[in-house]
Amino acid sequence: MRAYWELAKGGYRRYARYRTAILAALIANGAFGFIRASLLMTAITTAGAAVGGYDLKQASTYVWLGQGLLGAIPLWGATEIATRVKSGEIAMDFLRPVAALGQWWAADLGRAASQVIPRLVPMLVVGTLTTGLALPRHPLPYLLFVVSLVLGVSLTFLAWTLVNLLAMWVVEIRGYHALFMIVMNLLTGLLVPVSWFPGWLRTLADATPFPSMFQTPIDVVMGLAGLEAIGVQAVWLVALVGVAQLMLHRGTRKLVIHGG
Amino acid sequence: MADARAQTRTPVDLAPVTWWFMVRTMVGARIRAQAGFRSSFAADLASQLLLAATEFVEIYVLLHNAPVFGGMNLAQATVVYGLACVAFGVADMLFGQLDSMHSFIREGRLETLLVRPTSLLLQLVTADVQLRRLGRAAFGLAAYLFALSICGVEWTPDKIALAALAPVGGILIFGALFLASGSLHFWVLDGQQAGNAFVYGGRYVSSVPAGALMTPVRVFFTFVVPATLVAFVPSAVLVDAPLPEFTTAGMAWLGIPVGLALWAVVLLVWRAGIRRYTGAGG
Repeated sequence: MRAYWELAKGGYRRYARYRTAILAALIANGAFGFIRASLLMTAITTAGAAVGGYDLKQASTYVWLGQGLLGAIPLWGATEIATRVKSGEIAMDFLRPVAALGQWWAADLGRAASQVIPRLVPMLVVGTLTTGLALPRHPLPYLLFVVSLVLGVSLTFLAWTLVNLLAMWVVEIRGYHALFMIVMNLLTGLLVPVSWFPGWLRTLADATPFPSMFQTPIDVVMGLAGLEAIGVQAVWLVALVGVAQLMLHRGTRKLVIHGG
Repeated sequence: MADARAQTRTPVDLAPVTWWFMVRTMVGARIRAQAGFRSSFAADLASQLLLAATEFVEIYVLLHNAPVFGGMNLAQATVVYGLACVAFGVADMLFGQLDSMHSFIREGRLETLLVRPTSLLLQLVTADVQLRRLGRAAFGLAAYLFALSICGVEWTPDKIALAALAPVGGILIFGALFLASGSLHFWVLDGQQAGNAFVYGGRYVSSVPAGALMTPVRVFFTFVVPATLVAFVPSAVLVDAPLPEFTTAGMAWLGIPVGLALWAVVLLVWRAGIRRYTGAGG
């Protein structure tokens, strides 16, 4: 357990150092936040009533929480594991006395922790000062949020790990990476909340783990979702860990690393 | 093989390499390389198409909930989306490479380009012409033409001219934004995301009915980053949709002049950046 904790701390320190990158990301998240908030709020104003369970203030809150969490939740994915497969460095990960999946997972949770405060707080300040926020006044949603966020980050990490592990079978994963990102952008609720979707698309989204990655933590802190949604996240977590382990098990038997 | 050899210059043929010959050789090599890996190219093209379609789903979902959005119905919003998609797709194919300026600088690869006796910009642009990005442009063009055909546009000579010229203006504007974002890296190496805010934020704004944006956001993305001039304003004039405040019908024609002016300014910044660049040694 100690090893995982140290790996998480390493991940934290590695990403907390890039201060200019964090500032640049804030500018980007802020600009997109204003565009997204405009679109959702205009849709609600035009419709004349709450859309998909969100009123004006809630839509604004949804956008700014989402923009703030883009740092922690790695929606745009990483290719680090695939690169390690290609270069052979993955052999090092297997040689260590702790599970490979656990190492990567711990490091990613550390990375996520380094991004929560510097990315979320400024976005909430911007939101409060401009389009307004509606956050609950009692502590329970915030406690549930911590759990839901850890689950959301883990699910996103695991989903990307599955895509990366494909590198054990195919040479180039760029195409899969691109396709996966497209599906993810839509079905996580990043562009528009999943509850705004027309029926068929909503059914499709709800049958995937994607809403559990991004929309669920946001809905939980807003008090729009609770333990049930967290339970769904937990089920998906077990499923994805299972698939990842299976892929690692099969893949390592097949993988040949050249050189020494 | 014989053909390829005929095109290659022999040592005897020492006349200066023309600009056109160089561009043709470099772009030709890129295109042949990509067409060589058929299945990978097909998957890339398909994912670009799917990406464009997914972005359209967002607009569809918004209009599903608010049938008149920013003064436009679904068909009219599709005109905006399609036009923006064509302009961005072509600009991305030509200038998208400038997005990776930071890795050129960080890995010291910029020096190898700088010592060659031709323009840096030309080398960067021809280094990685991504044909797959045509997938998006093709989807956009289809959406643009189809949506125009169902909007019941009363075609007049000036509307036909506007419909044909608008994509050119959009390509110029997005190209300049890519170059501006690439120039930024001469000053801030970790600032890629800030440049993205304007390029990709501009793309996002250009593809939606901008009448739906909050006034300050719309004013910024019209008069500072001219994203609404790419598609929304020309489309609104083409389909006779209402224009929001601070926007006039005459602005529909501003795409090309604004694009050219932006290029002039950004090229100066780019030159200043190259002059300032000192390399990382090595």
